[in-house]
This record gives sequence, structure tokens and C-alpha cells, in this order.
Amino acid sequence: MLGGAFLTMSAIIEIDRLTHIYSPGTPFQIAALDSISLDIKKGVFLAIIGSTGSGKSTLIRHFNGLLRPTSGKVRVCGIDTADKKQRRNLWRSVGLVFQQPEQQLFEETVLADVAFGPRNMGLAEAEVKERAHEALRLVGINPQEAARMSPFHLSGGMRRKAAIAGVLALKPQVLILDEPTAGLDPQGKQQLMQHVENFRRREDATIILVTHDMEEVALLAEQVAVLNQGRLVMVGPPREIFSRVEELMAIGLDLPAAARLMHQLRLLGKRIRPGVLTADEAEEVIAGLLEEALC
Amino acid sequence: MLSGISMGQYIPGDSLLHRLDPRTKIIAVLAIAVSIIIFSNWQSFLLIALLTLVALFVSRLPLAVILGSLKSLWLLLLITFLLQAFLTPGTPVIAHGPLQVSQEGIIAATGIVLRLALLILIAFLPTLTTPPIRLTAGLESIMSPLQRVGVPAHELAMMMTLALRFIPTLLQEAEIVISAQRSRGAGFTTGSPVKWAKSLLPLFVPLFAGALRRADDLAMAMECRCYRGGANRTRMSVLKLNTEDYVVICVALASLAGVIALRLI
Repeated sequence: MLGGAFLTMSAIIEIDRLTHIYSPGTPFQIAALDSISLDIKKGVFLAIIGSTGSGKSTLIRHFNGLLRPTSGKVRVCGIDTADKKQRRNLWRSVGLVFQQPEQQLFEETVLADVAFGPRNMGLAEAEVKERAHEALRLVGINPQEAARMSPFHLSGGMRRKAAIAGVLALKPQVLILDEPTAGLDPQGKQQLMQHVENFRRREDATIILVTHDMEEVALLAEQVAVLNQGRLVMVGPPREIFSRVEELMAIGLDLPAAARLMHQLRLLGKRIRPGVLTADEAEEVIAGLLEEALC
Repeated sequence: MLSGISMGQYIPGDSLLHRLDPRTKIIAVLAIAVSIIIFSNWQSFLLIALLTLVALFVSRLPLAVILGSLKSLWLLLLITFLLQAFLTPGTPVIAHGPLQVSQEGIIAATGIVLRLALLILIAFLPTLTTPPIRLTAGLESIMSPLQRVGVPAHELAMMMTLALRFIPTLLQEAEIVISAQRSRGAGFTTGSPVKWAKSLLPLFVPLFAGALRRADDLAMAMECRCYRGGANRTRMSVLKLNTEDYVVICVALASLAGVIALRLI
């Protein structure tokens, strides 16, 4: 029902009543996902939001076959992830950037680390190098320098970029990022999301972004899925989602700053058009209010 | 895939066994373990088996958990059984070329497997029913007399506490790193030994880097809170033996004495 809104022929990820239970049959049993149905259209920029422990990270681990549904079905690029053999190969088409990916760097040089993925794909050495260089340029790292840099001697932001380049080098059809900007400074955040957007445009990729940063969602996402305690509670475009203020607050989620300001103005009795999400739009609305007040 | 390492993990509860002082549990289990190793006739076997069953029953642990501790070591039990059965000389029951199973072998094998099973069941009880921190506090208290002869009891206990504390963390981190490298196509299982060792680098380099970073952070955090081990350090929760504890210790020591007596008769 919830997924019906954008159910089309070109869904690249189809999730049908997905339930996932951790350590079933033991005293530590936890139902992390509860009957989730959702279709993700090819080329879409989807944001997944929800408070800590709502099941976001568990959900995205199903998309590249790291986890298998306890019940229900997940089809990615037409492949059923319950199929063990197929699941093992999903990493080629679905790139997953984990939280704090910089902690997974291991090679002697940044270039070698970025080349790790393409090399595992069994590509020719020239192609491996080409892809690594391309991915590094995409995140703003000079490939020549990367061949001399040790990942352990870089700043946190640079390491993050290098780690993300390591996944971009796979040229995945679907790129999943789990809180990629957490802990970066504002400029670093903006740059990083710009790199992701560039990659998306160049490769026509589907982007799935897990984040707590509502500004990012407002700015970038075309669709938003809201999780709460393992259930999918809302799906829709950001303007629609962020107009359901009370529901979001009830499950511990925040609004983008502009939308929060508009909400407070509405509470003061001002009549404001729905769907204001960005600073520019808010500026327009406030200018309008001031003009009204002066007349 | 890594969940097997968490065997013997503490399971919260409110049974008599959970309430006992950790020192009681350590001493009682040691006494029973020694009895298991030295008993030599079926009377003492029955006594100890009964005691173990009562302890398991009183712990109110789920049956799955208790069987799980045996299951995690089934290979050890199987190999022990087979070695004993095949290698004990005696009247052959089944003979096939040079391989033969003797009657004495089967009896000896059954005996030793039962002994091992009891040992495993009883040895897991303290860790299953005691939070690791309390367990190490108990160990420290038991070892503290040794401090006079230069054994750094507090430091050892602290190291043990820290190691226990970080096992789940490191396991979790290992799972994340494995997942992350798999997402870039790493295989951790295939190829020749050299290739295999090399394939583990993407796992171990980040894991060690992470562990060292964590150790650094922890040392800093402890310094910040003015931690000084050893002398004059007091505890927030002081261990205290109750009537229950004395009863349990007496029962355990009495069984040990009984087993020794039965052996000597």
C-alpha cells in the first residue's frame, strides 16, 4: 500500500513484505524489520530516515545481499536475494558505503585501496587503474598524489572521501550511503554530497541515502522513506513528508530548519503555503509576510 | 558466522545461581570440576551428575542455552569418543582390518565423554549466570591474598575486565569490516594458504588499527578520570557472602570430600 505510490515497471529494488529477525530462537531475538514493502525506481534519489534503531542499516544490508530476509522477498536488479549464488555477486551492481567507511581502509596507498574493488571484479589492470583514477577525481583527490599517500596519514575528511571513492570505483547501478556526512564539517558535507550527485548524473545511478540530516533530505532527495521501530511508516516526496509535522515529531524526527520555522509561524496563526523546505523558499515567504504587515 | 565465539555469554536472570556471590560460584565450580576429574566409580559419578543437574535446574537457564554450550564443543566430544573407542585394547566388538573397537574401549569412551560433558556444563555456569564485571571482581578478591607474594591481582583483574568488555565490540567491528570488504568483492575463504592469508589483510589491518585506536582512547579516558589501580582503591559494590553462599560452598566442598573418600575406599 505504501509502496504503491511509485510502483512502476522500472523498479530497480522491489521489497515485498520483508521481515528480518536477528538471532531467531535465542533469548537475544530482535525483530529489526517488520513486513516492509517498498519499490525503489531506477535513477531515483531516495532518502531513508528514522531514529536510531529504527532498522535503516538492517534494511540497506538487504539491498546488496549481506543479509537475507527472514521472510518476504527482496529483488534487486531483477535478482532474488534469497538465491545464494546470485547474492554473492550483488556487490558488483550495488555499492554500499558503510558508516565511517574510512575505518575500513587497509592498503598501503590510497590508490591501491580504491583499486581493491575493481581488481576483485576481475577487470584488466589498465581498466582497474582507469576506474580508480576516475573515482578519485570524482571525489576531488589527485590520482597521482593518491599513489603516494598512505590512508593512515590523512585527515578524517580525506580518508572518508578516499573510502567512498573505493565504492564509486565499482561503478554500481545502485549506490547506498549510510550516514556518509556524519562527523564532517559543513563544507565537507556539502562537497561530499556534490560528489555523490555528480556520480549519479554521470552514471545515471540510483542513490539511497540513510541520514539524520534533514537539510540533506530536503535539498537532495526525490523520495523519502520513513522507518519507525522496524516498520515503514511513510513514503513520499520530501515536501509531502515534511508537511506531516506531528507524525514526524511523534517518532522522534526533526524537520529541516526552514520547515521548522514555517511550522512555528503557522502555530502563531500565520497563513503559510505548505511545502516550504529550503532557506530560499523560507526567505520568500518571510518577505511576503513582512510586506503584508507593512501594508 | 562469528556468533559461535559468544558462547558462554551472560544471560540475565534472577535465579539463586544469579544471586550468588561470584566467589562462591568460582570456588564451587572449581570443587566440582576437580571432583569430575578425579572420580573413579559410578557412585561418585551419580553424585556429581545429580549435583550438576540440580545446579542447571536451579539456574533456570533456557534448555537451548544449556544444550548450546555442549553443541559448541560437540566436535571435541566426538573426537574424544572415537579416539578412546578405537585405541583402547581389549575384547574386539567390531573389527575391520587394523581398526577395531573393543568393549573396554566403548566403556572407557562413554565414561570420558560423560566426564567431559559434565565438565563443560558446569564450567559454563558461572559465565552464563554472572555479569563479566562481577566475575572478574570475584577473581580479584580470590587472588588478592597472592598480592603479598607479588602477584598484581588488581591489574590482572582489570586487564581481564577490559578484555571481556571489548570482545563484543571487536566482534561487532569485525562483522562490519567483513561486510564492508565483501561489499567490495573481498573473499575470505578461497585459495592456497598464502593467498588465504593475504585475503585476510583487508580484515585484519582495519581491525588492528581500530583496536589500537580504541586502546588509546580508553587509556586517555581512564587517565582523565584519575584511574590508579591497586592500593587503596575501593569498590562501588562490595562483595558480600550470604547464607546461601556458605550453604553452596559447603555442599560443593562436601561433594569433593565425598568423591575423594569414595576413591580412597
